[in-house]
Amino acid sequence: MTEAPGDGTVIEAGDSTFRTLVLDARGPVLVHFSAAWCAPCRLVEPVLAELAVAYHGRVRVVRVDVDAHPTTAAVYGVTSIPTLSVFSSGEVVRTVVGARPKPELVALVEDVLAGR
Amino acid sequence: MSESTTLPSHRTIIIVGSGPAGYTAAIYAARAGLAPLVVAGSVTAGGALMNTTEVENFPGFPDGIQGPELMESMQKQAERFGAEVIWDDVTSLSLSGAIKTVVTGGGATYTADAVILATGSAYRELGIDDEKRLSGRGVSWCATCDGFFFRGQEILVVGGGDSAVEEATFLTRFASKVTIVHRRDQLRASKIMADRALNDPKIAFAWNSEIVAIHGDQKVTGVTLRDTQSGAVRDLPATGVFVAIGHVPRTELLVGQVDLDPEGYILVEGRSTRTNIPGVVACGDAVDHTYRQAITAAGSGCAAALDAQHYLAELSDAAGVDGRTADPEVAAAR
Ligand SMILES: Cc1cc2nc3c(=O)[nH]c(=O)nc-3n(C[C@H](O)[C@H](O)[C@H](O)COP(=O)(O)OP(=O)(O)OC[C@H]3O[C@@H](n4cnc5c(N)ncnc54)[C@H](O)[C@@H]3O)c2cc1C
Repeated sequence: MTEAPGDGTVIEAGDSTFRTLVLDARGPVLVHFSAAWCAPCRLVEPVLAELAVAYHGRVRVVRVDVDAHPTTAAVYGVTSIPTLSVFSSGEVVRTVVGARPKPELVALVEDVLAGR
Repeated sequence: MSESTTLPSHRTIIIVGSGPAGYTAAIYAARAGLAPLVVAGSVTAGGALMNTTEVENFPGFPDGIQGPELMESMQKQAERFGAEVIWDDVTSLSLSGAIKTVVTGGGATYTADAVILATGSAYRELGIDDEKRLSGRGVSWCATCDGFFFRGQEILVVGGGDSAVEEATFLTRFASKVTIVHRRDQLRASKIMADRALNDPKIAFAWNSEIVAIHGDQKVTGVTLRDTQSGAVRDLPATGVFVAIGHVPRTELLVGQVDLDPEGYILVEGRSTRTNIPGVVACGDAVDHTYRQAITAAGSGCAAALDAQHYLAELSDAAGVDGRTADPEVAAAR
């Protein structure tokens, strides 16, 4: 188990670190499947950075570069980016495909925190 | 949120949208000294060209330019003259009075004397159940984002216009075969793009065909096509379906605020950009049934800024206020 569930910043996870950083994490983890060439991904990045701060200590926010880490993306069947998934206790509990405005992502995270 | 408790901040002009139309309007309004506020949108900022690669037909770039790079340049040009850009969505507006109100997703409220609507368009959907179910599971609207996932696979592009052909051509970098599924027996795309696709050994065509079902449980495995002439159906295997069947105007927010036509495009007076509401002008793909190009959107953004300046000049004349720089002649002389 890794330490606090939120880090105050978006952290990078990859094929070799996905288990420790995401699946074994205590508390929910919001995962952004992303790539450098994807313009809508870049547009959600500032929002995710804000969420990492706002949910510091409660929700970890992680970015997975699908170009560098195709295995993880394939395991979760990602074929569109950005894909945003919330993991809890090693399972995907919510997924949205496509860039979403901040209020929608806040609602997503709040739902998971409230156990809805 | 703290913003919502503060007093609304007032601007002379607010521009909703940051595509070629919105940013061009911002450049003109900013150069006229009006310090416009551009509400750019959050995740769609920069507009439709953010989702493309090479733009080959925007004048001034003989070697072409990447869509995102073009939009960033337009943003810089607008900011250079004093436009302020915020990365938020407009969630509601009130346009009817002399003072217009704009509320954002972040909870901020702004007021303005004039509003320029440049909200562009959104992808048109196929309108079949499987499409939503398999979105992100092989159904995609963004070739530049998602082509990578289909390396060495056989995929489809639905549509016959410029964007469909451009996407198909782009996707040949990854896919082993791209089939363009089109309802008619010839492409609508411009000749240069159509020829490129017709001569591409990796591109095949399913003419007179429409998709009636997409198969797959966790991932797309194929589609059912119906022949638009004979009605015959057949199955075609594919792991990806890229939808490029055009766009619908993004004007849901404006229902009941300004006059729209039955398809949702904003109605403007004659060749002007004036809507039925004084002080509210509209430009770009949200207005345009016909051309829908970056350069025509930019052109109408310019016209919108000039129409808005004209309105503001009349307002200040009526109020007997002088010293305003809203007059386009004055601005042009700078
Ligand atoms: C894949 C693709 C390739 C293309 N290639 C070319 C090409 O090579 N050459 C060419 O000339 N044209 C091309 N086009 C067409 C061109 O992109 C459009 O004609 C042009 O972008 C229209 O400009 P616009 O400013 O009207 O709207 P858009 O570019 O669609 O911009 C709309 C703006 O409105 C904003 N917005 C919408 N709703 C809100 C809201 N509620 N609050 C705040 N902001 C909001 C969005 O964030 C966005 O910034 C292409 C289009 C696509 C999809």
